[in-house]
Amino acid sequence: MRKIGLLVAGVAALGMALGQANVIKIATQSPLSGPQAALGEQIKLGAELAIEEAKAKFKALGFDLVLVPYDDQANPDVGVANANRIINDPDILGVVGHLNSGVAIPSSEVYARVNLVMVSPANTNPRVTDRKLPNVNRICGRDDVQGPVGAEYAFNNLKVKNVFIIHDKTAYGQGLAEEFKKRLEALGGKAVAFVGTEETSNFVPIINQIRGARPVPELIYFGGIYSQIGPFVKQLRERGLKTRLMGGDGLDSSEFVRLAGKENAAGTFYTTVAGPVSAFPKAKAVAQRFKQKFGKDLEGFGIYAYDSANVILAGLEAAIKAAGGKKPTREQVAQAVRQVKMEGLTGTIEFDDKGDNKKAKYFIMQVASTGKWDDNKLIRVIEMAAPGAR
Amino acid sequence: MLEHILALLPQVIFDGLILGFVYAMVALGYTMVYGVLELINFAHSEIFMIGAVVGVEVFRYLAPHVGNGFLLLLIAVLLGGVVAGITAILVERFAYRPLRARGTTNRLVPLITAIGVSFILQDLVRLVEGLWHNEFFLRMRTVEDLEGSVELFGGAIFAQTKSFILMGVSILMLVGLTYLVNRTKLGVAIRAVAQDLHTASLMGIDPDRIISRTFLIGGSLGGVAGVLFALQYTTITPYVGFLPGIKAFTAAVLGGIGNIPGAMLGGLVLGQLENFFGTYLPILTSGNFGTEYKDVVAFLILIFILLVRPQGLLGQVVREKV
Repeated sequence: MRKIGLLVAGVAALGMALGQANVIKIATQSPLSGPQAALGEQIKLGAELAIEEAKAKFKALGFDLVLVPYDDQANPDVGVANANRIINDPDILGVVGHLNSGVAIPSSEVYARVNLVMVSPANTNPRVTDRKLPNVNRICGRDDVQGPVGAEYAFNNLKVKNVFIIHDKTAYGQGLAEEFKKRLEALGGKAVAFVGTEETSNFVPIINQIRGARPVPELIYFGGIYSQIGPFVKQLRERGLKTRLMGGDGLDSSEFVRLAGKENAAGTFYTTVAGPVSAFPKAKAVAQRFKQKFGKDLEGFGIYAYDSANVILAGLEAAIKAAGGKKPTREQVAQAVRQVKMEGLTGTIEFDDKGDNKKAKYFIMQVASTGKWDDNKLIRVIEMAAPGAR
Repeated sequence: MLEHILALLPQVIFDGLILGFVYAMVALGYTMVYGVLELINFAHSEIFMIGAVVGVEVFRYLAPHVGNGFLLLLIAVLLGGVVAGITAILVERFAYRPLRARGTTNRLVPLITAIGVSFILQDLVRLVEGLWHNEFFLRMRTVEDLEGSVELFGGAIFAQTKSFILMGVSILMLVGLTYLVNRTKLGVAIRAVAQDLHTASLMGIDPDRIISRTFLIGGSLGGVAGVLFALQYTTITPYVGFLPGIKAFTAAVLGGIGNIPGAMLGGLVLGQLENFFGTYLPILTSGNFGTEYKDVVAFLILIFILLVRPQGLLGQVVREKV
């Protein structure tokens, strides 16, 4: 224990000692090992590409730009430990990360102690920004906007009036379902029923309710996770009910198809905050450079990380100019990032007073009949503001 | 409103029957073990789960090779029954018998052991499935032959082939068990041990052997129920046994614990109550109480029944053994 303490002190001292006037580091934090490493690596590489491309520009301003990747292992403890190392390196002026909200929330509290700016490419939990930390921003959407997005699509595009709403009684699922219901009713639709269930195997009573519900529901909305919706839709279709189904990103997993069976899953609509590459036409050129440099395909989180890094760099540039060409403080960078307004690959990026993107993008997807999750069709992109900023 | 209820009623009763037969089959295992040992064998819900997992695995590996779905199901049912039965024997041999041999008289000790065994079996299955297939949610493979469906009474009841199989198999097993207990030598021995273990042993019955057989029979019934449950409801996890287990135990108490026809009746009653309130509660309360309250209402009725008949529906008031 004492050794570790000494080590930490040593690393910190080393960091202080090596703090150089003309080096600026940007850190990434994402899982680079373990089952989510493939997603985490996209975050690292996306940021790396943006930083490589900006090196020349910052050289002209008199600074060497360096990327320092950290592996948070999708684990809050590791994320916080890394965050402590990061804040002890005075050259690090921004963080791109994390992949998991559960890691991002405690880690960002550490960054907040020194006003180190974090721009998140992937964290959708409302609490990430609802704590109103001045250093925390995100460019992706929020879980609690998915419900209204689904309702808008169902009412306006699917022309659905009567919806049978089911939820799993968790904060996520019930929250999603309630937001869906609110927006649906505001639009003029009707929730035929609003049913919660923790059931995981026998959905027959609910299916009988759907069968008997009047007016006849034209859509079933299920706020929950694939492990519950999968068997539900299997039993629903087996019993001859063809009513369309919609869910949130809790359904966004190939496990859904496995549990439901591909013929039962096909055609199911779901909303998600992480769009496929095909949703971003502007990303094409970047994807080519990405492939050239890393030999890998650019995926959804890579695009968001590329944008996140560029937001930090834009803020950094403004802060350098404001500081008269000198290296800005972390607080100055954090303030400048909050003011950034730019066109990224994912669209216009501009933060509200909580750090949410003013117009985050949400995606309506439809499950393909091939049984392959990558074949799922992007139906529509909807931009919507975070609650509280309307 | 009334019209609304009546239109769905045949379907609700039919579905309740399916659920009731599952509970009845599992309840038999509880009631038989309680009959001979006065032990509430909470590990029985895991025996049920193991049967379900065996069913999933048989379908996973044999479906491509066995063309006939009914034959496949027969293999799954037999194998599920055998594996679950053997597991039940092993649990009895290594967890409960040593306690009996030491002459433990405190009833709580085997009860706690049963809960412990239950946890061990759950996580053992989770470990095995995790290493084997890296899956937590196991899905029963769909086999064409068993997926057919018919509409009865002009569409009033939608019924699947597999539901009829479930009911047929359970009725067969319930009748078989009744015959075994009432008409065979083994049945006489089981009843003798249930009445008085020590006196039975004086009459030339080896109680340990009979207890072991009882676990085998109860476990096999639970395993078969598991396979049929997996076929009907399709998604299985290592923790899937808990709720059906608790409800089957309740069914056994409702029917009069230790009483075999009582367990069947209790299972059927509970299945009907649960399905009825699961479907109708939102309709009857105009949406104020959702499906999630089905168990609350069903169990309130159970409490009421037990207040009126503490010995259960078919149970007899027995005086304490002296």
